[in-house]
This record gives sequence, structure tokens and C-alpha cells, in this order.
Amino acid sequence: MPSWLRHHKGLVPYLFLVPGGLFLVLFFVIPLITAVSVALQEGSLGTGYRLTFNFAVFPEAIARWDEQLLRSLQYGLIVTVLTMLIGYPMAYTIAFRGGRYKNILLLFVIMPFFTSFIIRTISWKFILADQGFVLGTLKDIGILDAGFRLLATPVAVISGITYNFLPFVVLPLYVALERIDPRLIEAATDLYASRLQAFLRVTLPLSISGVFAASLLSFIPATGDYLNAELLGSRNETMIGNVIQRLYLVNNDYPQASALSLILMLGILVSVFVYRRILRGQELTV
Amino acid sequence: MAATALPERRRPLGDRIRSAILPTFTGLVVVYLFLPIVVMAVFGFNDIEGRFNFTWQGFTLDHWASLFNRYPALNQALLNSLIVASISTLVATALGTLIGLALTRYEFRGRGPLNLLIFLPIATPEIVLGASLLALFVSVGVARDITTITIAHIMFNISFVVVTVRARIAGFDRALEEAAMDLGADELTTFRKVTFPLIFPGILAAGLLAFALSIDDFVITQFTAGQTTTFPLWVYGASRIGVPPQVNVMGTLIFLIALVGIVLWVALQRRDMTARPTTLER
Repeated sequence: MPSWLRHHKGLVPYLFLVPGGLFLVLFFVIPLITAVSVALQEGSLGTGYRLTFNFAVFPEAIARWDEQLLRSLQYGLIVTVLTMLIGYPMAYTIAFRGGRYKNILLLFVIMPFFTSFIIRTISWKFILADQGFVLGTLKDIGILDAGFRLLATPVAVISGITYNFLPFVVLPLYVALERIDPRLIEAATDLYASRLQAFLRVTLPLSISGVFAASLLSFIPATGDYLNAELLGSRNETMIGNVIQRLYLVNNDYPQASALSLILMLGILVSVFVYRRILRGQELTV
Repeated sequence: MAATALPERRRPLGDRIRSAILPTFTGLVVVYLFLPIVVMAVFGFNDIEGRFNFTWQGFTLDHWASLFNRYPALNQALLNSLIVASISTLVATALGTLIGLALTRYEFRGRGPLNLLIFLPIATPEIVLGASLLALFVSVGVARDITTITIAHIMFNISFVVVTVRARIAGFDRALEEAAMDLGADELTTFRKVTFPLIFPGILAAGLLAFALSIDDFVITQFTAGQTTTFPLWVYGASRIGVPPQVNVMGTLIFLIALVGIVLWVALQRRDMTARPTTLER
């Protein structure tokens, strides 16, 4: 350690965090500020943009894309509930009943990450295809009507997103449940709590931190997702991500696109804040 | 535990059914998680002509044999992905580990804002991160290529590295370092011989996570790529006209490599865990 540093020990932590911190400021904070400034500009790619502090862009964007905004929020919520309904029992089973299979089960949970997100989604397109090997076969046998379809419906999009983010939910839930001392649950049943009561008053409250983390890890990416809607949905399932992507990369309408992405971010932050308040309230009553 | 102490066959049928519900459910979810992966792998063996890979035509190994010489652009895309993932993993792991060390081992002013700066990129949807970066690159007039992709990947990886490394450092015993210092080691030696070996598994885990996130990233990459393609971008482009079976083969190959890697890593850790305490005890 050089001598000047020895004399200023307080500087050490700053030396550690400045390179990474600076990187995040440069390529996370400044881009966000740029997005705000771009949103407030008017003009076109041909004529150039001028900063006119056009705050009307926000209400305009909401009014124009309200359907997609609401649908994203709605799909995000449905996916979060579904991943929780599937993920909680699974995490519970691994944590309390996994025994020596714990690690292999956890490996199974993260296995989908070993293939590309996009290949998995294309695989689903494949599985759900109208004349694919699943629906096609069921139709040939006569179990399903020839006109029945899953692809290009909300069911396909929502189940695609659910599939993609399920592992993100199981892992934090597992971590939270694994930490619970099983003797606490035994104590509850010894004191004549029914299994359901023991679960609702002991296990669930003790795992609430995991529930919070897990639902964020599902809700945030699910609400902003556009790949599933694009590959598995039709024009009727367009989410706000699809709109932002199209405005930015196809239409080059940078102000509207920036405004929409900021609205999406704000909407998510507000939902997260409200959700945290609700869960905290719950913790206090238990 | 009282219920499991009873011999299996004496328990009433209702109980047995009830205790089978959760494992059965978990098994079904595992099948659900595997389904698209199996489909991907199986259709890599589908004997098709052209690119319409939707119905089973027969078994072939042709696509495995022609993996790297059918679509040169796919090779380039894969190479780009590997380059971006390697560089962004190295840089993000270094920067993130330093922040993790600062956060867990030092008192300093500005901890709150720093925590927020770490948390926000994780809590922001990828599309917002990508769109904002695009806004910046367009405003400044930077051409988008493999460099801008790498910058974007370093950015979103730093936070994940910090979180992973911090969790590892938080769980370790400072007394070990104090002991080393008491025995006459200076700070640098202590870091090299005690601190670093102890937090190394955390750094390695963070690096693996960063690599996995980077090589699979689609959304942020699409916004920062310009004309450059990475493996996910190429697959996405191909999906409009039909994904060739070579993509299935490549996906299967990546899956197998990752699987072998993780099994080796778990085996190594297990050996470590059984070896470490004994050497410490002595």
C-alpha cells in the first residue's frame, strides 16, 4: 500500500467503488436522463430534434397506448400470481421434503437457463402450434375441435412469460423457506394448530421476504416483456414493450418511445412501492 | 416428524395420498420446465429439407455434422456472443467485486445512494435499460456495434455481481482475518492468503452468473447492437422465416456444455467443502 494511502485510510472504500460506480453513472443514470430529455424533444429524424420541454408527450403517450399499458400491467400481475402458485409449492417441497435430492431438484429448476431464452420461447411456439405435434395429434384423434388454437391467444403469451420467469421465483422462495427452522412448524402443530393454520401463521409469514423478492423478479421482467407477445401472440396481445421496441427500432419515433419507456419504469416503481407497503402491513398483523 | 416415523404401509391411505401431492406436483413442474428443452433437442435430429422444422420427418444426424458450415453468419453471431460475454464478465466481475468489498468491509458516506445505484438497474425492466442506452448513443452520435453491446452488458452485470459477491462476503468470519494479522501478516498478505480464497467462490459464482446473463441477453442487445448480430439476435431474425435445425443443435450443445460445467463445479465444491474444515482444524 503506498504511503499516501496509508495516511488517508478513509479513501480506500472510494477507490474500490469509484470505477464501478462511475460506469453505472455513465451508462445507467446518464442514459435515463438522456431518455427524459429525448422524450421532451420535438421533431423528426429528418429535420432534427429540438428540446421544447414538451411535457404533453406523457399524457399523449398514455392516451394513445393505454390499451397496451393496461394489458402489460394485467399480464404482469397474472404471471406473478401464476408463478407464485406454481413456484411456492415447488420451493416448499424442495426446502422441506427435498432431503438428499435437494441439489438435483435445484439444478432442475435452473436447467432452463442453460438454453437460450429465445430458443425456449421458439420451442413453445413449436409446442403450441395449430398443427404441431401436440394440438395436431389431439385434433386428429378428435379430442379437440379443428378450429381450436392456443397460439396467438392471451393464454399462449401468458403461459410463455410464466414459463420464462418461473425459475426466478422458485430460487428466492427456496432460500427464504430453507432458512425456516422446521421445529417452529412442529411447535405450532404440537400446540394444536392445524396444518393449514401452521402454514398460514408460521411458514408463510416467515417466508414473506422471499415472497416479496420473488414477486418482483417475476413482475418487473414480465411487465416489460415483448418477446413472448411477439412470438406467441397476435396483434391483440401486443404489450407496451412491443410498442416501445417498434417506435424505437422501426418508426424511429424517439420522443414517444422514450416517454413510454419512462412511463413503464415509473409505473413499475410505483407498483413495487405500493406492494411493499401492503406486505409490510401484513407482517405487522401476523 | 411423527408421521414419517410410522412404517409406510400402516399409514392410512388418505395420509399417503396427501403426502404424495407435493412431490407429484413438483415432478410435474420439472417436466414442464424440461418440455421445451426436450423439444428443442429432439427437433435437432429432424430429417427435414429447407427450414420448415415443425413436424417430425425422420431421424438424421446431418444437422450435427453440418453445424458450423451451413450458416457462416450464425458462426459469426456465436463468436460475437462469446466475445461480448467474456469481456463483459471479466470487467463487470472486477468492478462489481470491488464495490461489494467496499460495501461490506468499510464505513463510508454515501452508502444509501450507492445501494440505490446498485438496486435500480436490477429493478428496471430490460427494455427501459436498452431504450435509454439507445437514446444516449443516438444523442451523442455513437455508432452501435460490438463495443456498445459490451458496454451495455457490463452495465447490467455489475449490479448482479455486487449482489452475489456481497452475499458471500457478508457470511464470512472477520475473526479469520484478524487472526492472520495477529500472526504478523500485513494487509496485502492477509487479503491474498485469507480474504481472497474465502470470497473466491462468491466471485466465481458472480462471474458465472454474469456470463450466463450476457450470452443469453436479447432485449438490451437488440437496442444496442446496430447491424451487429449475436447468437440470440440471429435466432430471432431466423425465426421470422423458420429456424433452421442447426439452431436446435447449437442450443442442445450449449445446454450440454453448461450441464457438464455445472456438474463439475458442484463436484469440485463438494470436494472443497469436505477438504476445507479438516485443513483448518489442523
